[in-house]
Amino acid sequence: MTFLNYLINGISLGSVYAIIALGYTMVYGIAKMLNFAHGDVIMIGAYVSFIITSKMGLPAIVSVLAAVVVCTVLGIFIERLAYKPLRNATSLAVLITAIGVSYFLQNSALLIWGSDPKSFNSIVHFDSIKLFDGQLVITSEAIVTVLACIVIMIALTIFTGHTKLGKAMRAVSEDKGAAQLMGINVNSTISMTFAIGSALAAIAGVLLCSAYPTLLPTTGSMPGIKAFTAAVFGGIGSIPGAMIGGILLGVIEVFASAYISDKLSNAIVFGVLIIVLLVKPTGLLGKKINEKV
Amino acid sequence: MSKYVPIPSNRMLLERDVGKEPVLETHHLGIDFGGLTAVDDFEMTIGQTEIAGLIGPNGAGKTTVFNLLTKVYHPTRGTILLNGKETTGMDTAAINRAGIARTFQNIRLFGAQTVEDNVKIGLHMHMKTNIWSDIFRLPSYWREEKKAKESARELLSIFDMQDLAKHQAGSLPYGAQRRLEIVRALATKPCLLLLDEPAAGMNPSETAELMDVIRKIRDNFHIAVLLIEHDMNLVMGICEGIVVLNYGKIIAKGTPEEIQSNPVVIEAYLGKKEEA
Amino acid sequence: MKKWKNLSSKTRSDFLTYTMVIVAFIVLRVLSAFGMLSNSLTGLLVPLCAYIIMAVSLNLTVGVLGELSLGHAGFMSVGAFSGVIACAGMESFIPNPILRLVIAVVIGGILAGITGFLIGIPVLRLRGDYLAIVTLAFGEIIKNIINCLYIGIDGSGLHFSLISSADLALENGRVVINGPVGAVGVQKLSTFTFGFVLVMLTLIVVLNLKRSRTGRAIMAVRDNRIAAESVGISITKYKMIAFITSAVMAGAAGVLFAMNYTSLTSSKFDFNQSILILVFVVLGGLGNIRGSIIATVILYLLPEILRPIQDYRMLIYSIVLIVVMLTTNSEKAKLFIEKQKAKLKEKKEKGGAKGE
Repeated sequence: MTFLNYLINGISLGSVYAIIALGYTMVYGIAKMLNFAHGDVIMIGAYVSFIITSKMGLPAIVSVLAAVVVCTVLGIFIERLAYKPLRNATSLAVLITAIGVSYFLQNSALLIWGSDPKSFNSIVHFDSIKLFDGQLVITSEAIVTVLACIVIMIALTIFTGHTKLGKAMRAVSEDKGAAQLMGINVNSTISMTFAIGSALAAIAGVLLCSAYPTLLPTTGSMPGIKAFTAAVFGGIGSIPGAMIGGILLGVIEVFASAYISDKLSNAIVFGVLIIVLLVKPTGLLGKKINEKV
Repeated sequence: MSKYVPIPSNRMLLERDVGKEPVLETHHLGIDFGGLTAVDDFEMTIGQTEIAGLIGPNGAGKTTVFNLLTKVYHPTRGTILLNGKETTGMDTAAINRAGIARTFQNIRLFGAQTVEDNVKIGLHMHMKTNIWSDIFRLPSYWREEKKAKESARELLSIFDMQDLAKHQAGSLPYGAQRRLEIVRALATKPCLLLLDEPAAGMNPSETAELMDVIRKIRDNFHIAVLLIEHDMNLVMGICEGIVVLNYGKIIAKGTPEEIQSNPVVIEAYLGKKEEA
Repeated sequence: MKKWKNLSSKTRSDFLTYTMVIVAFIVLRVLSAFGMLSNSLTGLLVPLCAYIIMAVSLNLTVGVLGELSLGHAGFMSVGAFSGVIACAGMESFIPNPILRLVIAVVIGGILAGITGFLIGIPVLRLRGDYLAIVTLAFGEIIKNIINCLYIGIDGSGLHFSLISSADLALENGRVVINGPVGAVGVQKLSTFTFGFVLVMLTLIVVLNLKRSRTGRAIMAVRDNRIAAESVGISITKYKMIAFITSAVMAGAAGVLFAMNYTSLTSSKFDFNQSILILVFVVLGGLGNIRGSIIATVILYLLPEILRPIQDYRMLIYSIVLIVVMLTTNSEKAKLFIEKQKAKLKEKKEKGGAKGE
């Protein structure tokens, strides 16, 4: 029974990673950049939600919506101001700029909300489900998180596969120049991708802090890195890959800390990533790229 | 006039190279990409001092043959013998050390480095220094650097490029870049030089000069040359033996005279004559 | 003077780099002898040397070899903690502190080099962003493992444990590495002069390497992998040489850094530290060693200079970083700068024509 409990915890944590990883992977797919500021957008989303529920006393659903709106606007802003001018620069230049943006968001949060940890109130208000005389507990947060993850996954699959904008996104990620020649507005497509990714980050932030209620300006960093790992794990650029990678990562992390060592769980997670990349150098669902001679 | 005679293995070899091990011999060489056969049953023998040509329409698989010979791609089938020795299990670097050097269709110079450094990189395997003498500038470092510099200048003089030694390789005109690639390949002291479209982008007078130089290289370095080229004047002018490739298969082999009058070759290049 | 002109531009550039470092060292020494350096600035000199070595060594991996590494602090960490342990172990039989420090640096460098080799085997098979993420993963693994490490020393030698300091079962000994608390009771052996010597050594290694057969091979691998292979260069061997050399120097920097503090935790060498050093390298220019040094000095001291506005300094730092990246890399900015240059040139030429 404890095994099942751990499994559910793992899937729940993994679902948060998956939602963040989806943002990473979409942005990577389209802009070919490692957006290291993504983790900090999560943190901003969580703070916005915190302010609205705890300080203003408004209902949770309003706070989630507000977080999504703020993060979406923020994502578009960041892309326009910091990344768009570097469209043709080296990937390393973009990476460093993303790191600059990450520092900027963290330090802005530090100035606005201070360095003392905030205690986040869960946005979910129904009771946990207890099965087998309370031996198996499924927290309400876990249920909401997993459901949100499934809904987002389905929505994104339909969106990228069957809508005009989704097809444009796939075209831009394959070949920007060719997409432009076909009449696709590359800039607005990229903006749209950042908007979606940031909206997902906001939801992930709220869900993450509902399950782990300590909120700090650095809250987003580690989940950000882990989700990025999850995206690579599943094959960066692939939407189902991010999903599988995220959930696997969450499960491995919870199992590692439960059965092997709490303190070494991070090392184990990263160790598994390394092993996966050695066997499949482009991740679980990544495509192999051949160099033409 | 070059004359080919059969050797015991039932292959043809240039008369003057008979009695010496052929520099290259391939048996049933082939590669598939996915389900697609790119090259199949490629059989070729090149003598120690032969200038051979590999021609064929675009997409025939000529560069793929080069990539197979240099192990950029690993063959699906068949064997490659280099100076009579099997090359199975060798990688690109090992093939070069065993004696095959090449140039590339799409130029692959070290563009940010100087012309001289490009040649020095070609001399890499022949410089006797190691990381310690490099870091601490031991006497062997100075000795080998001096030797490398002299060899580099000497090799560059083949194409009269010694004055360009300090220029950045990427800033050279196209023709000069092609020539530099040949110099870099020669620096590795090969016994077989593969040239992938050496005359591409050159004007007629440059091409004529290139023909002379290729002959000079063969005579002075005593090596064999295999070249891919679309310029038929060059191919017919310097090649002693020619192999024609179409759709990954050899459709004809022979001397320039034989190839020029071969109806199968003409058909491959110009298409089938309409029957009346 | 004639001799100077005969030297190649590369040799002259290297010479300038050495001179710059030596002059900076002498000036700082003189300033501190006259008491003109503030205490806080004096305290930054040894870490500054360590960061310069880190940046120069990372530039070997990122700039010269062309592979993005996001876990360079991991090697620094291995060096730092092995150096601390080595120093503690030698205390009883090597009384001379300088000799002890030198040996510790050597041990730290070698252990970091061995780590580099072990990590290099899997890492160097991957390419691009995948390589980057695996170096990040290794950096985090090293941090995590050291965080769980307990090491103590007593009459019978070193004791190791992964559980707790009590598990070490020391007899009249002392704990050297205390799990999450990190290294404790470290002797402050590092000095600015020692740091300067290490910086010079690092420069000699990297600059000489760059201008040699080995360095040319490394750069050939970076510029065109297939062409490098086609001239007989073994890709794995030269990637490995660059990676290990870089790790050894980072390990040495780690020892220098660690021996400047009385205590040290492994979380000091996390992802952010690796990124910080990467920022120095990128802003200084890939493959540009002198640039790395200058960028390190400016960026390391920038928060210090901004100290009066304590609360805003990291915010300003991040804005400076973004603005610098945008102005040096965006096409619009480049065009603007070139236009201004052309205008200036035109003006000069006009002025010159009038003057004649």
